Amino acid sequence: MIEVENLLKKYGELVAVKDLSFSVEKGKIWGLLGPNAAGKTTTMRILTGYLPATDGKASVAGYDVFKDANALKKTIGYLPETLPLYPEMTVSSFLDFVAEIKQTPSSRRKEAVEKVIEISGLKEVRGRLVKNISRGFKQRVGIAQSLINDPQVLILDEPTIGLDPAQIIEIRKLIKSLKGERTILLSTHILAEMTQICDGAVIINEGNLMASGSLADLTASFKEKEGVVIKLRQHGKEVTSLLGKIPGVAKISQENDEFTIEWGKGKDLRDEITRLIVDKELGLIEMRPLALNIEELYLKIISGGVAQ
Amino acid sequence: MKNIWAICKKEVKTYFTSPIAYVLITVFLVLVGFFFYSLVWWFNNYSFQAARDPAYLQQLNINQMVFSPLFHNISIILLLTIPLLTMRLFAEEKKRQTDELLYTSPISVSQIIIGKYAASLFVLLLMLLLTGILSIFTFAYGNPEFVPILNGYLGLFLMGAAFIAVGIFFSSLTENQVVAAMLTFGALLLFWILNWAAGSASGMWKDVLNYLSFFQHFDDLTRGILDTTDIVYYASFSFFGLFLTHSVIQSRRWR
Repeated sequence: MIEVENLLKKYGELVAVKDLSFSVEKGKIWGLLGPNAAGKTTTMRILTGYLPATDGKASVAGYDVFKDANALKKTIGYLPETLPLYPEMTVSSFLDFVAEIKQTPSSRRKEAVEKVIEISGLKEVRGRLVKNISRGFKQRVGIAQSLINDPQVLILDEPTIGLDPAQIIEIRKLIKSLKGERTILLSTHILAEMTQICDGAVIINEGNLMASGSLADLTASFKEKEGVVIKLRQHGKEVTSLLGKIPGVAKISQENDEFTIEWGKGKDLRDEITRLIVDKELGLIEMRPLALNIEELYLKIISGGVAQ
Repeated sequence: MKNIWAICKKEVKTYFTSPIAYVLITVFLVLVGFFFYSLVWWFNNYSFQAARDPAYLQQLNINQMVFSPLFHNISIILLLTIPLLTMRLFAEEKKRQTDELLYTSPISVSQIIIGKYAASLFVLLLMLLLTGILSIFTFAYGNPEFVPILNGYLGLFLMGAAFIAVGIFFSSLTENQVVAAMLTFGALLLFWILNWAAGSASGMWKDVLNYLSFFQHFDDLTRGILDTTDIVYYASFSFFGLFLTHSVIQSRRWR
């Protein structure tokens, strides 16, 4: 649904996006992940036809971003990072204006506005001026305007930025509910957000593609070791050495009552460890698999350690 | 056409849901009203004198003594108000970053420009029509000629339209509305008084400077003379302003 090939964007001498390629399948939510100034917004602006690229190819919903810009703009929805709202308009008149410039036929405009008001939960503020509604509602208006032409592809730039935790959860729920018929590309620098709502990710840094793929693939490909993290009631020095004596343990480290035990690929020492804890009455509080969590993965990728 | 209408409607609504249009129109009308009152008062005095001395009676002409100077005054007020009317058109979109919405919609840059231009023309038209109430009084109590007044209004409208195009151009250059207004005002005033420089120039330059000056073309119209070269001048001025705006916006996006 979204195809990007060797995309290059320069602002004068500054290279914002360098040789970027990725693709997003239909009906999936993908995250465009990277630290600030990684080129996320630039990439999205190119995909929505706001900015032309210096070189490379990109197509969204089957339309070439550069050649069929007008057809493209009719089939996509876009939420820019800074909400494009007119404060002196009411919520419903703003949505009506957006429907008009997105060329919704006048006979179906009212219906389209009603539909997005319903989906985005804007009923209670529909008659109020945009400048008088809360940040959370403004964000909803932003999402509502991106949905007004019933787009096949949604491009959302930092959809949860500047919201309070409750609002963030609501917006994420809203985005998740849009999945299925639509393909969504959203940018974020919040990792938790990505793991919660995205099926896959494109990770970029300083305009370079660092990694891309589904979340499962991404974490799997960077997993070099296996192990567990256990929490014990007893956590003296002798416990460490006891655990270290289990055959096959490659590495053990302790932090307060938490022990991280690692072993080589392909083994599973969980049974042995449990048996030892029960035998020696060490008091097991918690045991969880040692997964390279997305945060570590991200930092690793960004630092260039494992560029694919 | 539909797209132009959508943009135009939005801009007119913005003018009238904010205080901009009300303040501009009110101040404009108060000033015009004051000038009109002074001119009529002066004309009145002159008429009394003329009643005693037939030599004055020859020159007594309400079109020349009230309307012609009134149109000149209005044109100066327009020179001061139009930069304030147009300064927000593109600068504000850029500042609020709502331009991202416009340029990612299936609507062309020229449609956006023409829509905004049309909205300002509407406000200008409204301003001029409201001053028309004043001339109704002169028709009720005097007998001015109608056609010269109409020509004068046409001249004001054409000149105002050219002013607006210049204002839109400067608004597209910056995201700061004050900068846009000041640049517009400076450029308009410069074009207004360009014929002063013609006095010191000679040959072809004299003609060129005279042709480019707003004042030169407007003077004929206030005296009721409708000349196609003046209409062509104002129309091409508007076109050029809008064309430059288009180039500016396109080049910004491609940089």
